[in-house]
Amino acid sequence: MTQDAMIDEWYPVGLVSQLDSFGRKTALMGEPIDVASDADGNARVTANGRTLPVCVRYGHVWSSLGQPQKELFAIPEADQPGRRFVDVGVVRVRCSPLRAVENFLDIAHFPFVHTDILGSEPHTEVQNYKVEIREDADEVWATQVKFYQPQAARSASGGITTEYMYRVPAPTCSVLYKTCPPRPGEWDVITLFVQPLAEDLCDVWPWMALFDDESSMTDLIHFQQTIFLQDRSILENQIPRLLPLDPGMEIPTRADLTSVAYRRWLKRHGYTYGAQLVAQ
Amino acid sequence: MKLYNYILSPSCYKVRLMAALIGVRLELRPVDFHPGGEHRGPELMALNPAGSIPILEDGDLVLTESSAILVYLAAKAAPEWLGSGKAEEAARVQQWLSFSGRLTASLGGARLHEMLLRPGDIGAFQAQGIAALRELEAGLFEQGLRGQRFLAADRPTVADIACFPYVALAPDGGVSLDPYPAIRLWSRAIRALDGFIEMPGIHRLHELKPEPHIEPGEA
Repeated sequence: MTQDAMIDEWYPVGLVSQLDSFGRKTALMGEPIDVASDADGNARVTANGRTLPVCVRYGHVWSSLGQPQKELFAIPEADQPGRRFVDVGVVRVRCSPLRAVENFLDIAHFPFVHTDILGSEPHTEVQNYKVEIREDADEVWATQVKFYQPQAARSASGGITTEYMYRVPAPTCSVLYKTCPPRPGEWDVITLFVQPLAEDLCDVWPWMALFDDESSMTDLIHFQQTIFLQDRSILENQIPRLLPLDPGMEIPTRADLTSVAYRRWLKRHGYTYGAQLVAQ
Repeated sequence: MKLYNYILSPSCYKVRLMAALIGVRLELRPVDFHPGGEHRGPELMALNPAGSIPILEDGDLVLTESSAILVYLAAKAAPEWLGSGKAEEAARVQQWLSFSGRLTASLGGARLHEMLLRPGDIGAFQAQGIAALRELEAGLFEQGLRGQRFLAADRPTVADIACFPYVALAPDGGVSLDPYPAIRLWSRAIRALDGFIEMPGIHRLHELKPEPHIEPGEA
């Protein structure tokens, strides 16, 4: 498979808080890379002696095997005072990096996979919501997503109807904006940053920017790890391993509009690392 | 009783599960195992020089071995979970409690390696895990011939709770449970126990929940 248009994108390759001079050996799209701090304490990423572009943002070190044409996407909330920034930590998943993002965009599975936390039976209906590919920003957006959740966040007590907005600003990254129980009017920000190791293997780095003055940092980390680890076993069992971009055996429903738009956007840009192009 | 707990640790889950099954209330003290490595920090190392969790504190008593914690909870609140005390059954309980350490070292090592990128020889972890699963499968099959559904008796004991989590989570470490029908039936029997609680990667039995009520004419 080719590395295609995705080669010029930024990818998360480590936590800033865990940078050290010994370095972390990892990989990006099949190529071994090394992530370390240099003598001045700055992040340095190398591949086979070649120095790669580096950017430090949202708690993570970002790099690219190619030449990024744009700055890393903006998350204005990351500079907003009063938020708590949560490094959830890496989790490896034996799945396509694109499948990891697609699962993050799905709400219909909440009652069955995140039972009694993000969803519960019989509240399984996904109400109509809006999906668009925003041409100016070149991002996929889903808005007006509403879902009944027994425990929407660590800071929630009791069930609430939560409103969501999903945003895909880069092929392996998604940003979720979600009703913030302690601060109506603000959105909690929960992201999924995915490092593609291979077409069917990825390291997932969830990160959050929340309003929550009550919970301990460890509680916030554990809440999100609980959710993501419930997804992991599902992701590892999806067939086919690669994300199909052409219609084939899968039959999308209305609830899958975001996924359909995400796949269409990937295909339009030739973002196919981790994708299956021929219907089977 | 205070449990130093990590939500993704199968050994901590053993303690939470046992407590839930016998109705013991635990005070949970979350430990930032990943990514923080808090279990290797000064506060927890002072409590447990082995640098592992779970740790259970009850007054002056500090326990750091999960099997000991299970035995303590059962002895205090539900002694029937220790087995009947007959020679063969008592020995089987001890046999499987010790055996559970092999599951932790093999399947647990594979899971930490594959999921949280901890170092180790993944091939060796998986090979030893498969050897342990085969032994467990044979043990459960023989129990079936004796008319017993659980590891040491026809009722669950601490031995079942000690072995269940790492077995159920074997796929997290890249080890399939497909070849082991006796293990799958046993796993189902444990998940069907009153008071069973889940953890990420171990799902509840949805099909055992009450049938949804459908109003006539709604369907």
